[in-house]
Amino acid sequence: MNLSRRQALALGGAVVTVSLIPIDFAKAASDATMADIKTFTGGASVAEGGIELTTPEIAENGNTVPISVSAPGAVSIMILADGNPNPGVATFHFSDMAEPSAATRIRLAGTQNVIAVAKMADGSFTQTSRSVKVTIGGCGG
Amino acid sequence: MAKIKPRVKVPKSVAAGEYFTVKTLINHKMESGQRKDKKTGKKIPRKIINYFEATFNGKPVFSVDIQPAVSSNPFFQFSMKVEEAGKLAFKWVDDDGSVYETAKSIKIG
Amino acid sequence: MKRIMTSAMIGGLVAASLGFAAQAEGTKDSLVINGEDGPVKIITHVKNPPAGSPLPELFSGWVFRSKETRALEADDFDNPGMIFVEQAWETWNTPDGKAGKSCADCHGEPSSMKGLRAVLPRWDDKQGKLMTLEDYINWSRVEHMGAKPWKYGGGQLTSMVALISLQSRGMPVNVKTDGPAKKMWELGKKIYYTRVGQLDMACSNCHEDNYGKYIRADHLSQGQINGFPAYRLKNAKLNSVHARFKGCMKNIRAKPYKVGSDEFRALELYVASRGNGLSVEAPSVRN
Repeated sequence: MNLSRRQALALGGAVVTVSLIPIDFAKAASDATMADIKTFTGGASVAEGGIELTTPEIAENGNTVPISVSAPGAVSIMILADGNPNPGVATFHFSDMAEPSAATRIRLAGTQNVIAVAKMADGSFTQTSRSVKVTIGGCGG
Repeated sequence: MAKIKPRVKVPKSVAAGEYFTVKTLINHKMESGQRKDKKTGKKIPRKIINYFEATFNGKPVFSVDIQPAVSSNPFFQFSMKVEEAGKLAFKWVDDDGSVYETAKSIKIG
Repeated sequence: MKRIMTSAMIGGLVAASLGFAAQAEGTKDSLVINGEDGPVKIITHVKNPPAGSPLPELFSGWVFRSKETRALEADDFDNPGMIFVEQAWETWNTPDGKAGKSCADCHGEPSSMKGLRAVLPRWDDKQGKLMTLEDYINWSRVEHMGAKPWKYGGGQLTSMVALISLQSRGMPVNVKTDGPAKKMWELGKKIYYTRVGQLDMACSNCHEDNYGKYIRADHLSQGQINGFPAYRLKNAKLNSVHARFKGCMKNIRAKPYKVGSDEFRALELYVASRGNGLSVEAPSVRN
């Protein structure tokens, strides 16, 4: 690829600008998702970080998508699929005998963000999100 | 529909206070309520397992509130620790009120 | 332009319009399944296929699946297909039919079936026909148990096929193509290479000419059947070989042969023979 110095600078600038904008959940997620999060948190503010969500980047079939989540110090973790007809997926509850981590397999109606919100033992909340591409196969057969 | 039968995988013996992995699987269609009957065009009513719970010697360990977006034949994996031997009991609750149960004993050693 | 195009030209156009994307290899990982009775090594790649093979190398469909799907098959607990195997095991021990006998009454443990799946379908002189594992199960139900045959491709039969196939897991597929089986094998081969349907495609157009490439978002396999019955993420159940053939034919908008037809029996033998040397892998996990 041949880029002029000016184009390269412009491109670089664009990349920097984009990366500086934090992900704004209030704008990124659907109303239904926001409502579910509000029910879960009771309206409390939700931080970022301290929670890890593992999903495939590309799911071979949206019917069975393996995911796992972990948030040290959490008592509950809610999983939401922002692009599904109903965003709710599952909410895990951990006692002090359980490590705050879990894995399951979920249905995704299409390419979308999967969101995890953790409730900590001290009553605070934190969240993260991962984009999953759901492919439409050539051979649904 | 075939008989609903849970499967669980738990180590037979564990070290006290150390985390071990528990895997569970149960055969269930998890009818989402979103699908339509191809012949009649009518929506197939929702019928899912809506709750899963694991308890150790009667005390809660791990539970899940489940929605239709959990896949057919729901799978849950979690990690737990115990200080003494005992009974790890599992329970799945169906929309129709059926409860499916199984249990494993855990030894320390 | 000439009014008559050769079928090869049309096929080429169809292939171009479907957009077979550039070659992308499958995984180089090897598959050792964490089984209930210890690890099971699976041959998913045969570098030097038997003489006369139309393929330079053989690959199990597992090789072309995503990391997550491959992982589901690598542990028997994670493999949801095992649910159906367990159900079949109960059925194995349950009496059925007028004779009041179960499979276990005559055969003992399912492990007595070890090796069978690797050599099926095969020509059976007594029956005077090519027999699949489904055929043998139904024959025994009728003949020995006085029970009704199960629906070909249905859940009960496919689960039982999975249980019996599992006993041969890891063994190389080794179906006979000569002798009295030859005629059916030839029929299967003919079906494999015959273009059909509105898309005018043969099995070979995807699974011989373009395996390893992407057809839209799907990573094309060699269409091997060593892993069948397969648990598919798509429909969350075990799928029989014939049901998969039917799905494939529908995809190319052809009128499928019937599940349990002689055409599909012949095709099953031919496709199985293209995988001679790969391990029996049932129940596999596919997308």
